[in-house]
Amino acid sequence: MSRHGVGWRRYWISFQTIFLKEIVRFSRIWVQTILPSVITTTLYFVIFGRLIGERIGTMGGLDYLDFIVPGLVLMGVITNAYSNVVSSFYSSKFSRYIEELLVSPAPNWVILAGYVAGGVARGLVVGTAVMLVAMAFTEVRVHSLAVTMLMFTMTAVLFALGGFINAIYANSFDDISIVPTFVLTPLTYLGGVFYSIDLLPGFWQGVSLANPVLYMVNAFRYGLLGVSDIPVGIAFAIIAVFIVVLGAFSLELLRRGVGIKT
Amino acid sequence: MTSSPIPSSKMSALSVQQLTKVYKGGFQALKGIDLEVEEGDFFALLGPNGAGKSTFIGILASLVNKTAGRVTVFGEDQDREPERVKSCIGLVPQEFNFNLFLPVVEVVVNQAGYYGIPRREARLRAERYLKLLDLWDRRDTEMRKLSGGLKRRLMIARALVHEPRLLILDEPTAGVDIEIRRSMWGFLRELNARGTTIILTTHYLEEAESLCRNIAIINHGEIAELTSVTSLLNRLHTETFVLNLKGRISELPQLGGFVLQHLDDCTLEVEMSREHTINGLFEALSRNGIEVISLRNKQNRLERLFLDMVERRGGAARPESEEAA
Repeated sequence: MSRHGVGWRRYWISFQTIFLKEIVRFSRIWVQTILPSVITTTLYFVIFGRLIGERIGTMGGLDYLDFIVPGLVLMGVITNAYSNVVSSFYSSKFSRYIEELLVSPAPNWVILAGYVAGGVARGLVVGTAVMLVAMAFTEVRVHSLAVTMLMFTMTAVLFALGGFINAIYANSFDDISIVPTFVLTPLTYLGGVFYSIDLLPGFWQGVSLANPVLYMVNAFRYGLLGVSDIPVGIAFAIIAVFIVVLGAFSLELLRRGVGIKT
Repeated sequence: MTSSPIPSSKMSALSVQQLTKVYKGGFQALKGIDLEVEEGDFFALLGPNGAGKSTFIGILASLVNKTAGRVTVFGEDQDREPERVKSCIGLVPQEFNFNLFLPVVEVVVNQAGYYGIPRREARLRAERYLKLLDLWDRRDTEMRKLSGGLKRRLMIARALVHEPRLLILDEPTAGVDIEIRRSMWGFLRELNARGTTIILTTHYLEEAESLCRNIAIINHGEIAELTSVTSLLNRLHTETFVLNLKGRISELPQLGGFVLQHLDDCTLEVEMSREHTINGLFEALSRNGIEVISLRNKQNRLERLFLDMVERRGGAARPESEEAA
């Protein structure tokens, strides 16, 4: 029993507070947080789908425009889940209002869960918006809702954790843009969003298998279209392992106070 | 010589044993500090910049990792029961640490939420403390639009929203005008009278003298003095007063036991030892036909002791900014 109620109830309220704060934050600045991804993806659909896609024909047995939908939706989820956590947590470090949380009895896992849930929420909002745009351009309908939603959420969790770790180590606002520019963008573009890895020579197919985004895109593509370059079970297992590793690492960083305590 | 505060049978609000902090790079900010603060105390922590006060408070508030030592708050060990310890403490930090884009009321409501207080109750408490600190009219104002004094008051409201038993204030009145400072003093006195234990660091020694019962002076990461404010002040051998006179005087009278100095025709400075009384001074002046309109201490008494003590122990410490380098 604590001074403010039973532990789990207190944890739940702390979590809700952080989560709600995050939702309010990205909703208040929706022009900066939600709209850009929707516009960018619409442009992708227009340029790669309508203008260039029609010349490409089919990919993996699918209409090219349909083929790129899962990857584009997932790009929105990845970018936004990551950006939300990295910018929000780093801002709280920079302006020192992370101290509001550090002095409170909210345990580290609740703090992490709150920020990650905020990132997941933004990822899902943007992902849903992009999906609605996609439905306007294509005939894509959901093949397996369970696979789609699970991969949607797991991808958002994984990249929200990535954003959290980036924010912990960041010492300037420049540092929070390095990973998205030099790591996330290449991984996404080389992750089979725009092509099937069957098109690649054997060596590069092997290299592509080291890219976690490939597994997410393919599992998500299975959820929406029912086709995948990779067995879906393996994709889920690999993403789950990444989530566990990054989650444990994030908690260890919080326990040691890296970047937030002296 | 370090002496203990007035002994009491009250529960210990804070107990610190052998608290040590060595920063990366080897700078030792705290060198094995031992300190007890009893429940209900109004305790001052004084020291020059870089003495280790903020490091000490940072460790109590879980913002700084200690290198060694033990901290217990109301009997709960900080390492074993960190959540219980944090629930007991309210912190008013030295520097502003807000999300500048949030409205005032949200800052307080969110803080309550982090402590596990349900939203409805959090809103009621936010209203109560914002009203107590005259901030309710500004509840929808964004933080960045508040003046420095209002931000300081908000930090107190935020620290109180979970109703801590121990309130720690790190220079709470730095940079605020006299009126706000006085009103904050009144608020803190009332809070202490209702049972909240308060630990205060300040550079305004008048503040410590006016508010606090016990005092620790920290210098170079060590406790240089731990005693009651009264017993510390009793150590003054002489005091100096400035007297405003009713008439002009051209020549200084000779008063046994008092050293007089002319400041101008209507103002005298009198240094007197502790064996003499103000009554005795007034009698001696009356005998010489000198009437006094008002008098004041030339220097804050605690300030004088503090400066003597710090000078005796090797001067001021390194600037605060170097501490965490």
